Order: sequence, then structure tokens, then C-alpha cells
Amino acid sequence: MLSPAVLLLLAWMIVPLTMTIYFSFLRYNLLSPGINAWAGWSNYQYFLTDPAFFAALTNTLLLVVGVLLITVIGGTLLALLLDQPIWGQGVVRILVLAPFFVMPTVSALVWKNMFMNPVNGLFAYAAKAVGLQPFDFLAHAPLASIILIVAWQWLPFAALILLTALQSMDQEQMEASEIDGAGPFSRFFYLVLPHLSRAITVVILIQTIFLLSIFAEILVTTNGGPGYASTNITYLVYAQSLLQFDVGGGSAGGIIAVILANIVAIFLMRMIGKNLEA
Amino acid sequence: MARAISTRRQITVTILAWVIGITIFFPILWTILTSFKTEAEAIASPPSLFMFDWTLENYGEVQERSNYFRHFSNSVIISLGSTVLGLLIAIPAAWSMAFVPAKRTKDILMWMLSTKMLPPVGVLIPIYLIFRDTGLLDTRIGLVIVLTLVNLPIITWMLFTYFREIPGEILEAARMDGAMLWDEIVHVLTPMAIPGIASTLLLNVILAWNEAFWTLNLTAAKAAPLTAFIASYSSPEGLFYAKLSAASTMAIAPILILGWFSQKQLVRGLTFGAVK
Repeated sequence: MLSPAVLLLLAWMIVPLTMTIYFSFLRYNLLSPGINAWAGWSNYQYFLTDPAFFAALTNTLLLVVGVLLITVIGGTLLALLLDQPIWGQGVVRILVLAPFFVMPTVSALVWKNMFMNPVNGLFAYAAKAVGLQPFDFLAHAPLASIILIVAWQWLPFAALILLTALQSMDQEQMEASEIDGAGPFSRFFYLVLPHLSRAITVVILIQTIFLLSIFAEILVTTNGGPGYASTNITYLVYAQSLLQFDVGGGSAGGIIAVILANIVAIFLMRMIGKNLEA
Repeated sequence: MARAISTRRQITVTILAWVIGITIFFPILWTILTSFKTEAEAIASPPSLFMFDWTLENYGEVQERSNYFRHFSNSVIISLGSTVLGLLIAIPAAWSMAFVPAKRTKDILMWMLSTKMLPPVGVLIPIYLIFRDTGLLDTRIGLVIVLTLVNLPIITWMLFTYFREIPGEILEAARMDGAMLWDEIVHVLTPMAIPGIASTLLLNVILAWNEAFWTLNLTAAKAAPLTAFIASYSSPEGLFYAKLSAASTMAIAPILILGWFSQKQLVRGLTFGAVK
């Protein structure tokens, strides 16, 4: 009974991955069909020595770490706030959660045009209102702008999961510590944070999986530019293979992306494995 | 006295929470409001929040210019189709893992989770070429197949965590009472499994509706769902704020509503049952 699901997933993993590995050793360009010469390691050499690769690698890491920092810290604070007695808590929860359900292309375009546009955007209007020069976010700080957009999408997710974890805290323990004279900070660091550690691990794991493959937000806002300023590995491989039709080079990039994701995955699985057993 | 302090504290916390909540929601609110403005009012300076001539013309124009409804139905077919197909494949797998666990069950589950970590660019080129050669490029059935496979691990995991909570003793009790296999499935198991299946369905429709790697790369004009259609506004159409807003509002509204119903399941589904 198990087999169909497992077989399908196996096929989905192995067949295309094997093809990618095979292509990555060919000199194969869709613009010159028929010429599929063996290329050895030259595609990898080309990809790894391309200055764009290091730009993309750095951007990928900055994007993942930046968004994780904002969402985990912001999400914890937000969860602590929403855990307090609030009038209309259900409605506030819905307001906070909403960005998570907005499709990536919509959120990226709304931020790009209606907020960050240097002529008609709301930020430009606010800057002019207080006498400042409007700032062209996506031209001068493309990666930071994308981090902001992506963090806006993922903050609700972190907040919701951490809030769920907070609500399962032992209230008697909290009260007891209060009676024993523990201040809010020592309660946070000695009781709340350890209780949240598992949920935080889960948030980091799941977000990293999705953040390593950010694509749509870059495609519709900056196209990876200016230059390579906002290109991540996913976008670089896409550009190499589907915009420049270089199947060989793109495949080598794809395999490098898989290897990098695996390195991250090993760390994360180990972390989560430890946390989940307990 | 203590009472008074705690009320004052509650007022402060409430105000703070509402301010932050509205700030986070504001881009969505602004999009919805802009969709009811004329193009001139949408970029007017100073911008007006509510005091403008409300109009519905953008919604009509988006449909007229670009056959919006076709993209909308593509989204419905692709997200529902891939979820239902995924459920049909995953239910037997999750069922057997939950009720007849073998030594390898945990390994298989972890392996399924690890397939989710395969970056899609690692298989983009072969999938693209296979689709091109088999005529699946820019078809709805092609996307249904890909999204089914992409979400299969999450569907299986979610179902597994729900099924695991169904007590096995209840089956023994039913058998003692003389239930046949068929009665067991229809009257005992199905009613207990349906809430879990419904939550899984809900969450995966949301995920598939918003999926924006494969839908952008494997479709052109014909099978493009809303994610890809909205991306076509990136330039220069995006400068028509009111129309962009109308198209966006219609694209996110169904999922916002579904999402609000699925808050609880969302946590559980996306954390693979690790946080409940």
C-alpha cells in the first residue's frame, strides 16, 4: 500500500536529478541543437569561477539569514504580545496572519509599485511630505528591499507557530516563578525561551527550505539586478538555463544548488532530530 | 488597585497589538482600497485612504483586457486537481504507516521530508525539456502532475500525523461487536479520518494556489494560473495601480478566506506535526 507514493517520489527525485547530472557534463545549448559534446568538468569550472556565482552565493546567504533574523526575533516579540489579554484578539490574529496567504507575485508587485516606487509609491510620498528626497529602494538597495518583502510574507508564519507554542506553556510554572520573585526578563530567558526552542527550530528549518528557493519575488521586482546585486542561486540557474539556453552550465549550477541545500539540510535535520526526540 | 493596574495594562497592550496588526495588514488593505479607485486617484498626491469616488470599473476592465476568468479557473483546476490527486496517492501510504508501522516507517517519513529540501532548480532543466518534448509545457495537466509531486511529502506527513491519533482499540471494539471490514471502513474509520483529510485538503489547496516557481516556469499564455498572470504586470502594466490592485485583490481573496479558516491546521501541517 505504501509503494505508489514512495515510488512516485523516488522517480520524481531520481530521474530528473540523474538527467541534470548528465547534462552538467555536456556542452549543450538549446540555441545550437545537435551539438552535445562531452564537456568534462568545464561547466562546473565555468560556473564556480564566474564572479556571478559568488555574488549569488552571498546574496542567497544574506537573504536566508536576513529574513530568518527578522522573522524569528519579530515573530517571538509578536507572539509574546498576542499571548497577552487583548480586546479583539481574534481579529488582530487574522490581521497579522494575512500576509502569509498572499501569493508571492502579488506581494512583490504591490510592494514594488505601490510602496517602493520612487515616483508614485507611498514611501516616496511620505519622504516628500517630511521634506526628504525619495529613495529608489529597488535600484539602490535591491537585496535589502527583497529581504523586507519576503520577511513581511514569513513573519506571520513565525509568529503563528511561536504563539501556538507559547499557549501550551505551563501556567502554574509561570505563576510559581512570579511568586518566587523572578522578573519578566529572567522568566523570559529561563522559562519561555527554553520552552520555545523546539518551535524556533521548526520555524528555522521550514523557512530555510523555502527561503533557499526564493524566485518569484526576484523575478517580478528586480530580475536579479542591477547587475547581480539581487541574484540568488536559484535565479542564477534559471537565468543561465532558460534565458541563455545554456543547459550544460545551468545544470552544473543546479547540482551545486542541490549540494549546498544538502549541507544546510544535514545541519537542520540533525538539529530537528535532536529537538524532536525530546 | 491591582485590578486598575491590570486594566490599564490591558488597554496599553491592546492598543499596541492593534497598531502593529493594522501596520502588518496595511499593504493588503491598501491594495483592496486602490482597486476601487480610478487610475488618476490611485497615484494622486496626497493619497486618500477612504475619501475617493468608489468605482468598480477596474474589475470589469481586468476581465475584458486579459480574460481574467480563464486564469482564475486555471488556478482553481490546478490547485484542486493536484491536491485531490495527491490525497488519492497519499491516503493509502499514510494509512498503512499509521496503522501498520514497520521498522522502516520512520526512515521513509524522514526521507520524504528530505525530498522537500531538494531545490527545484536542481530538476528545472530536465522537467522543462521533458515537458517540451511531451507537449505538457503550458498545459494544466502538466502543472497538476508537478504540483502533486511537489506537495506529496507534506500531504503524506500531515495525513500520517492525523491518522496516528485514531486509536487502534476502536477497531478492535468494532470487530468485537461483529463489524465486517466494510462497516469498519464506512462507519468507524471514515468519520474519524475525515477531519484530518479535510484539513490536509485545505492547506494544500492554499500551498498549490500560491506556488510560484513551477507555475511561472512551465506556463505561458494558455495554462497560466493567477501567480503567472499577476507576474505579467511586472512591467509596464504594473504602473496601472488600480488595475494591478483589482487583479491582485481577486487573486488573493479566496485564499485569504480559506486561510482564516485553516489557522490551526496550518501550524500543524507546515510543521509536520512537530508543533500543535
